[in-house]
Amino acid sequence: MANIMIRKGSEGYVFYMPKRDIEDPIVFLEFDSPEKWGGEIRLKNGGVYYIEPQPAPTRLPFSVRARRIDGVE
Amino acid sequence: MAALTREETQALIQEVLEVYPEKARKDRAKHIMINDKTLESSKKCITSNRKSLPGVMTMRGCAYAGSKGVVWGPIKDVISISHGPIGCGQYSRAGRRNYYVGTTGVDTFSEMNFTSDFQEKDIVFGGDKKLAKLIEEIEMLFPLNKGITVQSECPIGLIGDDIEAVAKKMSAQIGKPVVPVRCEGFRGVSQSLGHHIANDSIRDWIISNRDGQAFEKTPYDVAILGDYNIGGDAWASRILLEEMGLRVVAQWSGDGTLAELENTPNVKLNLLHCYRSMNYIARHMEEKYGIPWIEYNFFGPTKIAESLRKIASFFDDRIKEGAERVIEKYTPVMNAVIAKYKPRLQGKKVMLYVGGLRPRHVVGAYEDLGMEVIGTGYEFAHNDDYDRTIKEMGDATLIYDDATGYELEEFVKALKPDLIGSGIKEKYVFHKMGVPFRQMHSWDYSGPYHGYDGFAIFARDMDMALNNPCWKMLTPPWLRQTDASELKKAA
Repeated sequence: MANIMIRKGSEGYVFYMPKRDIEDPIVFLEFDSPEKWGGEIRLKNGGVYYIEPQPAPTRLPFSVRARRIDGVE
Repeated sequence: MAALTREETQALIQEVLEVYPEKARKDRAKHIMINDKTLESSKKCITSNRKSLPGVMTMRGCAYAGSKGVVWGPIKDVISISHGPIGCGQYSRAGRRNYYVGTTGVDTFSEMNFTSDFQEKDIVFGGDKKLAKLIEEIEMLFPLNKGITVQSECPIGLIGDDIEAVAKKMSAQIGKPVVPVRCEGFRGVSQSLGHHIANDSIRDWIISNRDGQAFEKTPYDVAILGDYNIGGDAWASRILLEEMGLRVVAQWSGDGTLAELENTPNVKLNLLHCYRSMNYIARHMEEKYGIPWIEYNFFGPTKIAESLRKIASFFDDRIKEGAERVIEKYTPVMNAVIAKYKPRLQGKKVMLYVGGLRPRHVVGAYEDLGMEVIGTGYEFAHNDDYDRTIKEMGDATLIYDDATGYELEEFVKALKPDLIGSGIKEKYVFHKMGVPFRQMHSWDYSGPYHGYDGFAIFARDMDMALNNPCWKMLTPPWLRQTDASELKKAA
């Protein structure tokens, strides 16, 4: 589990992990509706992470805990 | 010598790494890449932010250097205590030339060395009492300080002193912020973690101090982040922003004050020059206060014009016009500078090895002078820096991460650049090899290099280094080829 920050970039969401200084566009977000938001996220660099589904944040950037499922760090 | 092709560069890397033992060779090979502009991510080509190999000469610093020397040190009305043995504080004192306005020792303190001067007994019995006493003394001797930071050196972490408790107690006693910074030198692999720790301590102890207090805002408030005013850099940047109609609320941290730091959450836009050392706090302010941030580059007229327009695009037409007016005003001046120096510098090749933002930011300035950067590298960058660098550099140029002394020398011997830009540790090695050199950490005691004013100085300095007559006198007289007619004349 690691803290990540999700912010809005010029093309969709951008993933940022302060601990590892990984900044990468999110190419896939499993749930993206106001009531249910999160789930599996895939990054452009191949990383796959998981956020517990929750109501969508009212404001971005948004810090949240995520679990690494797959991919390089 | 013409620029190398991709294959030749690859062969060169291989040849240079040949001397290492196999394990070291494998490791170092991951830190050196040949640039390919089509790449979007540096991840597969270069490894960065890893521990340096034992036995090689690295140019890196430590977490304490990143926190005390870079981020906290330049804040002028805050006293940064180097908590621990005396050496760290003394040898890092005033070395970075972070200029500021004020009377040192009365209301500003950046150039002074405050240290707890740890002795054997402090290591054995702990230094908390000494720290508390030191803070009391500081408060008595320098009452105009606005706050105190405790910058831990290695032993503090090793013996487990509770500087946080002392800081809290003393902060209540003196009624000013006392910030404990856990930047022990052994943390992390380079000064980069020190920047992060310092940013986090500002986030935890400073940034929200004035939340909810009245502040007279304008729609044109900005803050300069990551400009350390080396040789006056931040001033040269600031006047351009003010000229285009913006109000600079805070300078982080060159010539900055604690009040400026605390007022920063009120700005409309954060302008980030050194991405590596201050992106953390910019991201925090974006999340907590909704302040957007952008990176800009004030090296060389091309990049300055680009950056001014980019900054203006966040504001209304008044600022956009202001930006155009500033660019228009300085273009003839810059054209004169380029007309003067470009013929003297055209086509010269440069190799860089610096830290922070310069390995990519100054490329544009060199290009404005008709020079070409054939190799660049960072001491302590992370992969996001290399992502940004790939776009700035030409194809098939060399990029090296945490280069060792040996590698740099070999690369210089093979690539034969006309000028090298790096730090003091490399300077005399390359001077002895007969290569012109400029220190790009401290601008070789010159500066500023930022902004339009800075570019004129930059161009002059590069010309002074490159075209200095001394480089023609490297061959001693007894080895010089004398032609026959001269000999005859002498006879």
